[in-house]
Amino acid sequence: MTDRLDAEPARGADHGTESLHMVPAGAVPGGMAAEGGSRIVTRSQWWDVWDQFRRHRGAMIGAAFLIFITLFVIFGPWIWRVDPGALDIRNKDWRPVYFLLWNGEAKAGFAHPLGTDNLGRDTLANLIQGGRVSMAVGWAAMLLSLILGTAIGVLAGYFRALDGLLMRFTDLVLALPILPLLLVMMLLFREPLRGAFGPEAGIFILIVTVIGITSWMQAARIVRGDVLALKEREFVLASRSIGTPAHRMIGRHILPNVMSPIMVSATLGLANAIITESALSFLGLGFPSDFPTWGKLLFDSVDRMADYPERVIWPGLAISLTVLSVNYIGDGLRDALDPRIRGQ
Amino acid sequence: MLDAQPQAEAPKTRIERPLVEVHDLTMHFPIHSGLLRRRTGEVRAVDGISFSVMEGETLGLVGESGCGKSTAGRALLRLYDITSGSIRIEGTEIGDASQSYLRRYRPKMQMVFQDPQASLNPRMTVAAIIQEPLDEHTSLSTREKQHKVLELMDAVGLNRAFAGRYPHAFSGGQRQRIGIARALALNPKFIVCDEPIAALDVSIQAQVVNLLEDLQERFGLTYLFISHDLSMVRHIATRVAVMYLGRIVELAPREPLYAEPLHPYTRALLSAVPEADPDAVQARVMLTGDVPSPANPPKGCNFCTRCPEVMPVCHKIDPASREVRPGRHVACHLYDPAVMDGPEDTAPERPEAAQADAGRALAAAVRQETTREDAGKAAPDNDAGQPAQTEAEGR
Repeated sequence: MTDRLDAEPARGADHGTESLHMVPAGAVPGGMAAEGGSRIVTRSQWWDVWDQFRRHRGAMIGAAFLIFITLFVIFGPWIWRVDPGALDIRNKDWRPVYFLLWNGEAKAGFAHPLGTDNLGRDTLANLIQGGRVSMAVGWAAMLLSLILGTAIGVLAGYFRALDGLLMRFTDLVLALPILPLLLVMMLLFREPLRGAFGPEAGIFILIVTVIGITSWMQAARIVRGDVLALKEREFVLASRSIGTPAHRMIGRHILPNVMSPIMVSATLGLANAIITESALSFLGLGFPSDFPTWGKLLFDSVDRMADYPERVIWPGLAISLTVLSVNYIGDGLRDALDPRIRGQ
Repeated sequence: MLDAQPQAEAPKTRIERPLVEVHDLTMHFPIHSGLLRRRTGEVRAVDGISFSVMEGETLGLVGESGCGKSTAGRALLRLYDITSGSIRIEGTEIGDASQSYLRRYRPKMQMVFQDPQASLNPRMTVAAIIQEPLDEHTSLSTREKQHKVLELMDAVGLNRAFAGRYPHAFSGGQRQRIGIARALALNPKFIVCDEPIAALDVSIQAQVVNLLEDLQERFGLTYLFISHDLSMVRHIATRVAVMYLGRIVELAPREPLYAEPLHPYTRALLSAVPEADPDAVQARVMLTGDVPSPANPPKGCNFCTRCPEVMPVCHKIDPASREVRPGRHVACHLYDPAVMDGPEDTAPERPEAAQADAGRALAAAVRQETTREDAGKAAPDNDAGQPAQTEAEGR
């Protein structure tokens, strides 16, 4: 159909039959050709995006898992009403309930479906509680680093005057050794924040901020590179010839076209944030020791991994599957948002 | 395609006053090099050009690749911050205006770009692309804007049913129509067509050029038509400016220019256009050597390194553009009476060059490929009106 139109003489009227109201090519722009079919019948773009997303099997499985795990950590404490912090020394070192399948003698039962740790704390309850913290930290830190990285990347790429300054600043932050920096920031700001927001909220803000401001550099560099290339494209020039001011230019032409790298760094950023939080907890600088997170559960169990592998497997699985599902969602979303891939 | 003759007459009645006046427009791009990124030189992309475009006319701007045509077009619309010079649109000076001040004048002057693929945002629908200028400059309701968008699509011959599609779903010719519709959205007076047909195949080129002519007639548009396709310029333009290395070497009405080119470069350029007549004996002016770098232009006349009729004075003095016949401006010492009637030693160095000047009979065929670039897209302008792609280019 697209070829047919081109084959027609330029000055002839459009002979298409499929559209509702045809006006001869002689209609003067600005003159009011009165007819009712002047509405552009387009489905909302987001329906097309959803259609394409649905066709990406990995993304759909990933989305299903992410929704499941999110609901699991949000509503889990109402269903599984065991206090994750309650010590029960007498019932320590229970194995998961499925051990009974091949070992009737095992210390296991439905009172603690995933077993208990060496202090008798329920693993399932810890997993739920830890997931809440890990997911919150992961999403918040990822969003923070993404906003920072995109903003700095776009500003540096679009405004030549800011480029040198912002990119040297990015290099500076990249050159800092991250772990010592984290430790120093923790030591400096832990107490004031704890005083201001309470022990848990204070440490949450601190960890999110610390992870966010130490992981935006890759995104900024990638986005800047893409913006530099985009800025020279003719459609940006065309928009400039209309007189589009910079902020609308960025919103309309630049940002939608740097969506792909932003998506990729978002999915990587979530994984990175969860893992960094685990590392901090492992060093004893994250949340307090009685405050479970997935990373903390993992690290607490490492020294007895050979005897109790399930204590590493469950939190590890939770982290990996969450990260993997976000990766797949990002992949599917990137395809779905690109009109060139969509509809193929 | 219309025959050339009736068209030449028609616009003459309309030409009254200049819509765009360019005086001494200069656009230099700095070259930074070294460890400290010091400014070590500049690319003189456009080096002091002056011309005016009359209301309702089409000024063709031709020249080989890299001679500064596109830069001139973009600088004219102030897409670049120009180095110096004056640009007046309807008497308003915009050469040194700020971008925010220019915004008010943007609706008057629009641009059609060379690469229809690159000039459309791949993430916007056709309707959104055409609507963008309306969003920026009008306060119409959504419904009025959509109405206008559909009318524009009709005007450029696009099916209304395609309004919700994305640019990748269209062919090159259709994309160029989208670009033209966008340029028309604000009812501009002046449109810079920056090689609008260079990226299209020949049958589509004819359609797009016809469309541009139709629109010009209907809306009273004024074009600056930038192209390296001499036959196409001959078809559409009323006057033609020939550029070489950032300068305009010849500016003349179309028919006299094509009938009798005055500047040696124009002669070489026109002799590279293939004739449709197989029996025509064509004297070919071959240029030797390459175009000098615009970062390091030669002393004196820019063309002196390749000119077949070079004289000693050409290496010393840069010829100023002068009106040698009514309406014909040439920047060449050959037409400067002060130089030509002067002492003996300034006469043409090579007798055969003088012969070529007189009858264009004997051309020294030195190199085959020299002017391929100019002749590459040139197609014969035959009477049937469909310019055929020629493979015999540059021969």
